[in-house]
Amino acid sequence: MFRRQPETAATLSILVDGKPIPARAGESVAAALLAAGLSAFRRSPVSGVPRGPYCLMGACYDCLVTIDGQPGRQACQVPVASGMRIETKP
Amino acid sequence: MSETAELAVVGAGPAGLAAAALAAGFGLDVALIDEQPGPGGQIYRGIETSPHAPGTVLGEDYWYGARPVRAFRRSRVRYLPSTAAWSLDRERELGLLHAGQARTLAAKRVILATGAIERPIPIPGWSLPGVMTAGGAQILLKTAGMVPHSGTVLAGSGPLLWLLAWQIGRAGGKLDAILDTTPKSNWRRAWPHLPAFAVSPYALKGLRLRLAVGRRFRVVSGVVALAAEGQERIEAVRWQGADGSEGRLAVDTLLLHQGVVPETNLAMAAGVPHRWEETRLCFEPVLDAYGDTEVPGIAIAGDGGGILGAWAAEETGRLAAVAAIRALRPDAAEALRPVEARARRALAHVERGRAFLDALFRPAERFRIPEGETLACRCEEIAAGRVIEAASMATGPNQLKAYLRCGMGPCQGRMCGLTVTELMAKARGVSPAAVGHYRIRPPVKPLTVAELAGLPPDPVGEGAVNRD
Repeated sequence: MFRRQPETAATLSILVDGKPIPARAGESVAAALLAAGLSAFRRSPVSGVPRGPYCLMGACYDCLVTIDGQPGRQACQVPVASGMRIETKP
Repeated sequence: MSETAELAVVGAGPAGLAAAALAAGFGLDVALIDEQPGPGGQIYRGIETSPHAPGTVLGEDYWYGARPVRAFRRSRVRYLPSTAAWSLDRERELGLLHAGQARTLAAKRVILATGAIERPIPIPGWSLPGVMTAGGAQILLKTAGMVPHSGTVLAGSGPLLWLLAWQIGRAGGKLDAILDTTPKSNWRRAWPHLPAFAVSPYALKGLRLRLAVGRRFRVVSGVVALAAEGQERIEAVRWQGADGSEGRLAVDTLLLHQGVVPETNLAMAAGVPHRWEETRLCFEPVLDAYGDTEVPGIAIAGDGGGILGAWAAEETGRLAAVAAIRALRPDAAEALRPVEARARRALAHVERGRAFLDALFRPAERFRIPEGETLACRCEEIAAGRVIEAASMATGPNQLKAYLRCGMGPCQGRMCGLTVTELMAKARGVSPAAVGHYRIRPPVKPLTVAELAGLPPDPVGEGAVNRD
């Protein structure tokens, strides 16, 4: 499990599947989800097995989520913003 | 009409920043395209926004990155952040995507500074949620101040493994174990390069890191097999030692690493010839002494041209810029001479010791060439066994793609390209050079039809199809 260091406390809040989770300006959506203890973000379109972020640098496309209604966004490439709505398929 | 620039640089890591700033300093109209919201690349990622106090946790080599970033910020470069480059052709027209809007940019010269990606680590269970790359964990540390604090194992081989462990320790994080997969036999190959390494800038630092990590965390050396176990996510990591011993730890996070390799997709899409590099076990572009490729006007700088690290990337970035400036501003040739001489001296200095690292951290075949049910292609869920079966029927990786769909998912072969090449080579008993790589075509990043349809109209193209 990942944990934020005390000096990097969360400063804003985003909605993940309708529930608010804390996030810090400057971090990616994937980072905020992982800090909240979520590691499965979606289901594979081939067999339906759960998938989550692997590379966190935009190469693997395993962290795709719906952000503010737009599906298939790379959670590791999109910075969080206050009130952002994220939908996952864990 | 396409947007234009004299020089387009793709990637805002050390190579791209140095190239763009130098060229702009000589009066070129430079556009710097980068996928990230801020400059620094992966190595200095988050350097302007990192939650860490400067000089702490991440180490001096990270904080050094503030210098090239400041130099770039002072320059007159047209900076295009949060912008993906999804195509490049031989006429040096780039396809860009920013905030769901596609557009094109045509340049007289292009420098690709797309850096490196993690080498695939196709072990059983590597696609389970909770299994991540060490590079990914480092990005979480740099950009979000996040560290593993329980149930985490770090496994693999390479300098980054030890750097990350050291950084996690400094940040007060916890690793249950470090499983070192460096083959003991590598020492025999590395030995002849030891004298050059010993006087390199990496030796003392590396030794200090390794000792500090060994004092802090449990290190298991000589690991010869690894597997991630779990149903819906990782629940345990299992390993085997060279002596036949076995181990298992319950975890919720497994961080994997076995070196980095050039990110070649955009260069390959532009038709830049690449060759198999047997010492580094990857494809590298064919470059001249300035990083120029065989495609006129397209150069490659930094780790995308061959893994040499961040310091070397800055210098190869400058050398590529020198060639671009000289081509577009012949009058500057005299003024460029000392710039080039400085870059070449610095490059020679930081290249020292690299051969030792390449030999010592050469990943074992067991961790590169999977078997049976282990996934080779994550996107399309193609097991290694199926690739081996089909290897005899397909003429090459491209035809295999058509048979199995491996490499056709959104990652465009980034996660499976090397694995599929090596699997085919082994199945046929030939060299990976003889097998080759997937043919990479644009878009090298997935693009929706709506995004593509949003491209501004092209009067020439329209004239060709609208005859009335």
